[in-house]
Amino acid sequence: MALNLFDDKGCPLDKQQFTWKEMVQTPISKLDDDAFTRVRVILMNGQEMEALRFSHSCARMNDQYRLPLAKVRRIEQHQATMVNGLIGADHSTLETTIGYEQVAIEVTAAVAQAEPDEYLAQVYRFGMLEDFDHLYRYSAMLDRLEGKDANNITQCYTDIVPGRPTVIEHRAPQDDLRNHYDRTKAQPISKLHALTIMAAEQQTQNFYLNVGPMYADPVARQLYTEIASIEEQHVTQYESIIDPNETWLEKWMLHEANEVYNYYGCVQQESNPRIKAIWERCLDYELGHLQVAMEMFKQHERRDPAEILPASLPEPIKFESQREFVRKVLHQEVDLRARGTQFVNKSQEGPESKQYREHLNSSGSPTNTVAAGYEWTPGTELVRGAGVSYTENAKDKEVTH
Amino acid sequence: MEKSTALGKNRTGIDMSPIDAKEMVALSNSTPPSSPGDARDIAKMRGEYISEHDTLGSIPPPGTLKGVASTAMKKLTGKNPEAFIDKLGCRLAFERTGVRLYEALIAKCSAGAVGASKVSLDTLWEFRNQELQHFKLVESAIRSIGADPTAQTPSADVDGMIALGIVQVLTEPRTSVEQCLDAMLTVELTDHAAWELLIEFATKMGMEDMARDFQGALQQEENHLRQVRQWFRDLTLSDGGVES
Repeated sequence: MALNLFDDKGCPLDKQQFTWKEMVQTPISKLDDDAFTRVRVILMNGQEMEALRFSHSCARMNDQYRLPLAKVRRIEQHQATMVNGLIGADHSTLETTIGYEQVAIEVTAAVAQAEPDEYLAQVYRFGMLEDFDHLYRYSAMLDRLEGKDANNITQCYTDIVPGRPTVIEHRAPQDDLRNHYDRTKAQPISKLHALTIMAAEQQTQNFYLNVGPMYADPVARQLYTEIASIEEQHVTQYESIIDPNETWLEKWMLHEANEVYNYYGCVQQESNPRIKAIWERCLDYELGHLQVAMEMFKQHERRDPAEILPASLPEPIKFESQREFVRKVLHQEVDLRARGTQFVNKSQEGPESKQYREHLNSSGSPTNTVAAGYEWTPGTELVRGAGVSYTENAKDKEVTH
Repeated sequence: MEKSTALGKNRTGIDMSPIDAKEMVALSNSTPPSSPGDARDIAKMRGEYISEHDTLGSIPPPGTLKGVASTAMKKLTGKNPEAFIDKLGCRLAFERTGVRLYEALIAKCSAGAVGASKVSLDTLWEFRNQELQHFKLVESAIRSIGADPTAQTPSADVDGMIALGIVQVLTEPRTSVEQCLDAMLTVELTDHAAWELLIEFATKMGMEDMARDFQGALQQEENHLRQVRQWFRDLTLSDGGVES
């Protein structure tokens, strides 16, 4: 049944509540649940974290909205806790990281195909090819550090080969800004897409910044450092496509509508009934939050929310393998580079980005180091005898000493 | 008895997606790596950091003048008391963590987790209490040489790193008793070997009385190891339907 954002009012805010036990539920099964269940968990945690970030920023700048924002934010925080806790502790940090990159690839690829604005679709394809490369780098690290196969996490939905090499993804800030959509002309789905992907990338950056130092291995720490820097570029890119002329309340409504939109997609496609019930609850709560935001919009801006929001939700983001699309984009666009707000062939890249990364990479690139000569193989590269043999290693030592 | 292992829809292997797997492997085989080399590049980068010769930290000096002047400490003169204090601190930390690990296992077995009926709760409590006694024994030994038993020594820190995964296995609600015993076997094998070494170390440092006191702990640890190994074996074989 299709949702109507104006008629389906969801659970009233004052009826929304949690216990600690409800916030800490049994996680998904790393082994048995479908990889897309993990994708949804990671994606929705990102959306909840964005809800908190936006709400705090808004409250700090708008005295008159502080109380309703605080009330809604308390529930968002509890939802974020409940959703993020669904990733079990049997995931090593790198395994969870593989999940994050699978989100960035599959969800961004789905969004790129559904996006009606060709320029924005190009932005998504550009970013997606970079995250595609991150999956390959982290897979090499997982194999060579923990002796594990990344495909245990991605479950054959996502290819593990190089994309646009991370070592050349480092750009000067002016080459990470894009043109923003026009809030008066863009279709609602374009606004929802932008918020969704920006939130996912921001959460990814924060996650990498937090967990990188948890590794003892300096190679892993450098790897997280290099890729987190790209995620910062991606947040810069994706936030720059959002019209900064939207009012605070317009943005609040869009944030709530976006959470409704994404939870609705999760409910529609979830294969685990227990997790589906969690999505249904969150959807019901988010509809309640949207009501609050719409009321504030009507009260303070004296405008009709229908000016901004569609009555019925657009088609949900598809949670399924985008292998063929990703391969096509990889084939056609791997050599694209960003110059200002435009995408150009690598031969036309500007000097600023080249100079910027020349220095950054001058002591070596961790993403190249971890994946030196790496080819993903089912069961890890040791299966095909790609490990360093004793004799090779001995020869190496002779040269060194 | 309910089993620890069951057939199900485990989705991690490539046999679950034979067509996709074939495509993935074909692409991987036909796509060259973006840079040459192999896993030795990682070793090289690690080597650069290792060669900086930093350490996790140091052993604190005895906290009191009395400590420095104690009879026991005098016996250590001319040797390297820091190394001995480090290992005493390590043992103390390990035994203290051991108490908490047994408490987690007791909670699991008390809640009737899969395999709990094969394990004696009374014995687990006995082991937990013995780990506590061992902690106190080492605490008193450290005090006797004027060192500070509340300080975390580098070896204690390393054992803490080792224990991180074990704590996770013991407190994960979804692990079976058999899986927890797997983790506890790692603990008890290490514990047993460490007590043997500590006794030898104490003796060679001229601390014969201390070494004698430690013998009792070693005997109890031998019992822990034997019993944990036995439970683990019984549950594993029983799970496979080949009970002896």
